Amino acid sequence: MALPHAPKYQADERDLIAADISAYLARQTSKELLRFITCGSVDDGKSTLIGRLLYETRQIFDDQMAALEADSKRVGTQGQNIDFALLVDGLTAEREQGITIDVAYRFFATSKRKFIVADTPGHEQYTRNMVTGASTADLALLLVDARKGVLEQTRRHSILCKLVGIRRMVLAVTKMDLVDFDKNAFDAIVADYRSFAEQVGIADWVAIPVSGLSGDNVAGHGEAMGWYQGPALLDHLESVPIASAADEAKPFRLPVQWVSRPDQHFRGFAGQVASGEVAPGDEIRILPSGRLTKVARIVTMDGDLDRARAGQSVTLTLSDEVDCSRGDVIATAKDPPHAADQFEATVVWMADEPMTPGRGYWLKLGTQVVTATVAHPKHQLNVNTLEELAAKTLDLNAIGVAELTTDRPVVFETYEGSDGGPPNRALGGFILIDKLTNATVAAGMLHFALRRAENVHWQALDVSRETHARLKGQKPAVLWFTGLSGAGKSTIANLVEKKLAALGRHTFLLDGDNVRHGLNKDLGFTETDRIENIRRVGEVAKLMADAGLIVLTAFISPFRAEREMVRRMLAEGEFIEVYVDTPLAEAEKRDVKGLYAKARAGELPNFTGIDSPYEAPEHPELWIDTTELSAEAAAEKVVAAILEFERR
Amino acid sequence: MSGLTHLDRLEAESIHIMRETVAEAARPVMLYSIGKDSAVMLHLARKAFYPAPLPFPLLHVDTTWKFQDMYALRDKVGAEAGIELLVYKNPEAEAKGINPFDHGPLHTDLWKTEGLRQALDKYGFDAAFGGARRDEEKSRAKERIFSFRTASHRWDPKRQRPELWSLYNVRKNPGESMRVFPLSNWTELDIWTYILRERIEIVPLYLAAPRSVVERDGLLIMVDDDRFQLKDGEQVQTRSVRFRTLGCYPLSGAIESDADTIEQVVQEMLLATTSERQGRIIDRDAGEGSMEKKKQEGYF
Repeated sequence: MALPHAPKYQADERDLIAADISAYLARQTSKELLRFITCGSVDDGKSTLIGRLLYETRQIFDDQMAALEADSKRVGTQGQNIDFALLVDGLTAEREQGITIDVAYRFFATSKRKFIVADTPGHEQYTRNMVTGASTADLALLLVDARKGVLEQTRRHSILCKLVGIRRMVLAVTKMDLVDFDKNAFDAIVADYRSFAEQVGIADWVAIPVSGLSGDNVAGHGEAMGWYQGPALLDHLESVPIASAADEAKPFRLPVQWVSRPDQHFRGFAGQVASGEVAPGDEIRILPSGRLTKVARIVTMDGDLDRARAGQSVTLTLSDEVDCSRGDVIATAKDPPHAADQFEATVVWMADEPMTPGRGYWLKLGTQVVTATVAHPKHQLNVNTLEELAAKTLDLNAIGVAELTTDRPVVFETYEGSDGGPPNRALGGFILIDKLTNATVAAGMLHFALRRAENVHWQALDVSRETHARLKGQKPAVLWFTGLSGAGKSTIANLVEKKLAALGRHTFLLDGDNVRHGLNKDLGFTETDRIENIRRVGEVAKLMADAGLIVLTAFISPFRAEREMVRRMLAEGEFIEVYVDTPLAEAEKRDVKGLYAKARAGELPNFTGIDSPYEAPEHPELWIDTTELSAEAAAEKVVAAILEFERR
Repeated sequence: MSGLTHLDRLEAESIHIMRETVAEAARPVMLYSIGKDSAVMLHLARKAFYPAPLPFPLLHVDTTWKFQDMYALRDKVGAEAGIELLVYKNPEAEAKGINPFDHGPLHTDLWKTEGLRQALDKYGFDAAFGGARRDEEKSRAKERIFSFRTASHRWDPKRQRPELWSLYNVRKNPGESMRVFPLSNWTELDIWTYILRERIEIVPLYLAAPRSVVERDGLLIMVDDDRFQLKDGEQVQTRSVRFRTLGCYPLSGAIESDADTIEQVVQEMLLATTSERQGRIIDRDAGEGSMEKKKQEGYF
């Protein structure tokens, strides 16, 4: 099978490799790195174009070429021509379906630059993957089929790239061979995109007419499009400014990753410089504490440096013995970032399970990990039009704006770069992690703080929780009874409290029904309200435990995540989960309060066990099977466990 | 002042990845396979934690069938100050005398895949650095830098965690683990240029020298010790050869070459017409999608 045309772009390079390998290798060490993302669907000829780029820059060996030729005949979609798309589609499942379903990274190089390409799919349901690929890119290569022009998908990809902070776009109008390399077709598409770009504020873009199949305007200018005077795609990629290089001009920030203490004499703070540069003697501030000191040395295995700049991974030593640990940020003293615990942010939801407002998620930003709750979205974005839509939550691939609250101050910067500069990815981008499955469920970009954390100091208490506990001569704990309505939680908890009181323990029982008459009377029974209900009860239980009490709580608390949230509020071992296990049929049969009957009649919506789920504990500290134990025996079992807990 | 070069950026990224792992994992380990990628990874680890010693051990999952030169370098590295080297051999494979001559694919399954699982379980490692690169093979191109594995060490390509910016989610439940690939974004040429730039010691087998080889199934296999089983009609010859990848010597194909410096090796590689893994028998076992299948089963 004849190739459309032989690669020529690397001819000079190959001559040099053959003639003077040392000179060639010397040149390798001074190459720059450009990362870009390709957006478009399989139908836009994306894989073909990437395959062509790899081919033109000689990233394909003969054995791969032979395999490609064989595959092209067997499963290709290009008839007798080579199907470059097959080079690029990796996983077996995808090859069978003929689509790309994840982010794949490709590499190629020219004499001036090395390129890392994030290849992402174009289907709407994979917004997640596009945002992932765009998060590290300097530039976006948008593909438009010359026969179809600018589609909704083109607009969506442009908007997504802009949201993630990519300022530079290349509009590659592909398959020019299929419109007879017609200038008018190209001009019409460019005009169309121009009006869209002006509308959404995309300023920095160029359009290039290409053919992945014939190679025209990919590596060099073919004869077919003599009317096109601009750069070929590879020439453009080789010369376009690298966005992240501008990070060096920003103020100095280094998120501390790891504290190096090989012996008593050395204490170094290791991390990658996020922006700016630093030199020994520079005044720096450690955040969030705000302590001032100076940089003593910049330590590397190759010797101390006289300065370090954005992108470098280094180890700093400081002039004073100051507190500084992982999660802190070392910043220039003159212009440090702020810390806050309430933010507005753009959130991209990436999990099958929708966002649960009020639920605690781990938030990772830089090297900081905190607990964050997300409020109901202010709005959801229609990524085709930038229109703001009302939304109660965010589903998979939805993008919205919401307020976040963290359990302690986070050092941050606004994600969007100032003056059209590159975004502040290191201190403005974050991910949310589900606390139970540990899956990454969302990505976010901070807009601004709602109020500065400087105003919300914790009151330092002179009488400590240890003092409270010692005065009462007991070990504080939270006995958390969970189970279906009518399972017997309150009954057993009451008995336990009586027995503990008889043993001279200071206790307090928080009962679901009672709390709902007072503290939580503004809450209903929707999933969100149930979460808030438990959060408040958890906070109250924590305060009472701080006061030295043994707290008993009797709440259905149906969601595992919230029970885990309370567990994490408390000191290690202090949360004792008591699962009062009564089968639904049995609880419904007892129906002490007549609630099941009402729920079955449809009068009580969101009733646990009927039309709202109950997530049973997987590893409760105590498991009470009420079909086997009487309330009295169950209470004895709990008390015995408390006494055992006190002895530990 | 010009910006950082691509090698500077790759180096900084790899160091960042290693530090994140050490900061967040309970018990990290570095899989050390003695090859050139392992050599680069080890060098980067030294840089990442300097002046402290490596905060994790190296683990060599041995098959007893590596080249003598590889064992020599491994033992030299293991004897260095501040390096803790663990060598693990699957006792079942050892007892049964599993070898590449008699047992075919079972050799890799038992010694490497199963051996690795056993070693990780035995020491309770929850994060293991590996030297794999995304440019090596198509299914690698889609793997994350932090690759999550279930408690049974399986890789589920459909359940990969999205990886944004340089934010890595290292959280996992007890029993689950991570494979971490700090060299994900390096290419073979990057590895070689970095080895040259940093003067990193590698196994001499990468450079051409006269060696005893046998031609078998179109590959040149080196006769590295007296366990080699000669088939009828096979003759041991001395040829000037080198290796592009190193594994078990009976499974590693040599290429004829006179390139006895790294520069010449790179020169040959760049002008060459076959891709890097071709000399490896292991990837050919199951044809299409074989590496992906191996990875799902827990191969590194």
